[in-house]
Amino acid sequence: MSKRKIQEDHLLIGECISQVQEILRERFCHQQLPDRPEGLEAQHKHLLELLKRTAVHGESNSVLIVGPRGVGKTMLLKCVLRDLLEEKEAQKNLLQVHLNGLLQTDDRIALKEITRQLHLENVVGDKVFGSFAENLAFLLEALKKGDRSSSRPVLFVLEEFDLFAHHKNQTLLYNLLDVSQSAQAPVAVVGITCRLDVLELLEKRVKSRFSHRQIHLLSNPTFPQYLAQVRTQLSLPADFPDHQFAEDWNASVKTLVEDKSAVDVLQRHFNSSKDFRSMHMLLMLCLSRVSVAKPAVKPADLLEASRLCFSDAKANILHGLSVLELCLIIAMKHLNDVYEGEPFNLQMVHNEFKKFLQRKSNSMYNFEQPVIMKAFEHLQQLELIRPLDSSAARIQREYQLMRLMLDHSQIMEALQKYPQCPTDIKQWAMSAFS
Amino acid sequence: MNLLNHLCYPNPTHTPTPNLNLNPNLNRSQIRPSSFGTLSFWKIICDTKLHYSYPSIFIYGHRASGKSHVMHVLLKELEVRDICCQFISLDQRRYIFRIQLSHLPDVRSLSQMCTYIFQVMEKAELLRDTDANLLPALLRLQELVEDNVTIILLSEIVWDKFRPNTGCFEPLLLHFPDYSKGELHTILSQDRHPSYSDEFYSSYINILLGVFYSVCRDLRELRHLAALNFSKFCEPLEEGKVKETDTHKLWRNIEPHLKKAMQTVYLREVSSVQWEQMQQTEEKENGALRGLSAHTHVELPYYSKFLLIAAYLASYNPARTDKRFFLKHHGKIRKTNFLKKNEKTSNHLLGPKPFPLDRLLAIFYSVVDSRVAPTASIFSQISSLVTLQLLTQVSHDDQLDAPKYKCAVSMDFICAISRTVNFEIVKYLYDFL
Repeated sequence: MSKRKIQEDHLLIGECISQVQEILRERFCHQQLPDRPEGLEAQHKHLLELLKRTAVHGESNSVLIVGPRGVGKTMLLKCVLRDLLEEKEAQKNLLQVHLNGLLQTDDRIALKEITRQLHLENVVGDKVFGSFAENLAFLLEALKKGDRSSSRPVLFVLEEFDLFAHHKNQTLLYNLLDVSQSAQAPVAVVGITCRLDVLELLEKRVKSRFSHRQIHLLSNPTFPQYLAQVRTQLSLPADFPDHQFAEDWNASVKTLVEDKSAVDVLQRHFNSSKDFRSMHMLLMLCLSRVSVAKPAVKPADLLEASRLCFSDAKANILHGLSVLELCLIIAMKHLNDVYEGEPFNLQMVHNEFKKFLQRKSNSMYNFEQPVIMKAFEHLQQLELIRPLDSSAARIQREYQLMRLMLDHSQIMEALQKYPQCPTDIKQWAMSAFS
Repeated sequence: MNLLNHLCYPNPTHTPTPNLNLNPNLNRSQIRPSSFGTLSFWKIICDTKLHYSYPSIFIYGHRASGKSHVMHVLLKELEVRDICCQFISLDQRRYIFRIQLSHLPDVRSLSQMCTYIFQVMEKAELLRDTDANLLPALLRLQELVEDNVTIILLSEIVWDKFRPNTGCFEPLLLHFPDYSKGELHTILSQDRHPSYSDEFYSSYINILLGVFYSVCRDLRELRHLAALNFSKFCEPLEEGKVKETDTHKLWRNIEPHLKKAMQTVYLREVSSVQWEQMQQTEEKENGALRGLSAHTHVELPYYSKFLLIAAYLASYNPARTDKRFFLKHHGKIRKTNFLKKNEKTSNHLLGPKPFPLDRLLAIFYSVVDSRVAPTASIFSQISSLVTLQLLTQVSHDDQLDAPKYKCAVSMDFICAISRTVNFEIVKYLYDFL
């Protein structure tokens, strides 16, 4: 009897963990919309007001949302749209067209996509239009309501707005903004971009038609606010089925954000970037260590996740190099030190390596030039060294000048971790003069 | 040499293994259970119930460290309907991607058939050479399609080299660890021939790793080398000269052979087929093995050899020292202190310098013993040296009156040539004064 009860408990824990994973993963990976965007209330209000005027009152508008990557521009827009569509009239009338600069690389493709999203493919049929403007005017005409007095409001969302500015003649932007300025149809153009200087990219005629309304998202949380955000992100909502479990979980989260080592880790992350995305990545890595055996997030998990996030990729790659390749890298480092960063070629590196072999080496012996060349080429394929672009293809491979793409500290760090590194090589690396 | 590499093995990720039965089903999880446990690799990607996964994941690690193999095994274990793409050739790749992005809305219909879509892409560094919008779009695919899609990129180059200049959605970065020496030994020992014992093969692998490990850690290369050289290793055993446990004698037999392999098969100077044939012929015919580089030693006519020697001297000696070497009555030339300290300016380290045709002819006339008339045959020999790529023409094709050349041969080559004409080139080289 008791055994079954224990099994039931375990099952319950397994079920709970699975639910926790689902909820938190949706939050971190799937960009689930929060109920209210934190720290962005003013911008939310402004944007909502603007879009309401278009959707309900039929006024044309254009606005740009500008902010660094990961700060929550798309999230803000989605929240605003969700709140806007709660209003019945807006829900009934508003048409949405979502364009993305990464997908619609050409204005023609963009126009086809607009046609498709407005469900006007049948209306357009096989018509051939003389210009972009004609086509767009036709589409907007087709959206007019039955009594022909007014047309339905359309919201155009242009993500990666700066990429649209690179199209030929900026026709799409010109025409959309033109429509938003003239009284043809109620149109709202919302551009989302990460470039602060996006207005410089616009042509003069496009810029003049733009309303110069920009919403800047430059959130600047303080560290206590950041900690509070971490806590809310990790906490379970109130409607979690197992109340006891949710309480235990939230309590463990509270102790986590008060633990000294965890706070240090979070401070380090806060110092490097304050946006949500990097926080989500860190918490995602922590979450992956939660299991039935360990149903809580501990400070050790946070430390391990942070270590994964901050690990130097190049030092990791250096770990897997052969000893010969490592010697070549150390020879290059010495050349950089002596000649202050001037580019080198294979002959110079080989010469340096030979000097080391003559003087100090017990473990390595001299390999033939072609073997050294193959090791050198492997380093080039890993992009740890890079040829100078200036040289034409007429130089022999051994004499082609290269630069080392590694830092002194990266090499030293890699040497510490390198498995079974011969001591004479380590000493050669540490010596100041070759 | 890289070109030869590509000619012999056009797909460098797969070393061909003719006539040898290698076990293709090495399960990495059996070999390295520890790394699976600590990484909780698969849990980062997605957990058992297939809830949401991070939209894009970037896995980097050395080649032949088992990344694709592990991905295949993982996805099979999770029993997910995945679409796995592999980068093989440029055209195929472009075709694949043209389909992918233009049919984005259709992915929704696909998702009704399977709960999750994983897209694994090998050799992701080739994505950087395609359109600039492709990589950022792929990283955001889950958001663009609004469905359960995860992109997994495998590459040997680090993520810092991929990042577009205006930024992008940062993927989850995971390092795939490389094999340690012990693990390599275990994996290589799995290929053992059934008629020999484990310890015998294991000692063979020990010897092989002893010779090659400091130079190369690529698993594919090592397997290839192990497979090629095993028959030679077993030779004295089959001839009855030694017993299985006599490791020292076996080592003495195989070691020069492995050293030779490093200079030939490892560098792709000879193909594997040639190597096997060579092993089957008798040992006395060792000189018969000619690598690809040997074919560049073309037999040149007498004057061409001297032209080449003169070109080498012109390239590697500074012009002001010509007086000292080639005139009968020259003044003294002192090597200044500055030059002695700055060894980097040794011309043999910097590379050949261009020289005008006049200088070449002047040196040529002083180097050749007999009197030579400047006929068209001499000039045509210079052109043929350019065609053979022993000289390179540096000046523009339009400049007919003063063409400039550079000598493109190595020191060993020119020493061999000068030995055939009894010319001591070292005495005439400034760097060896």
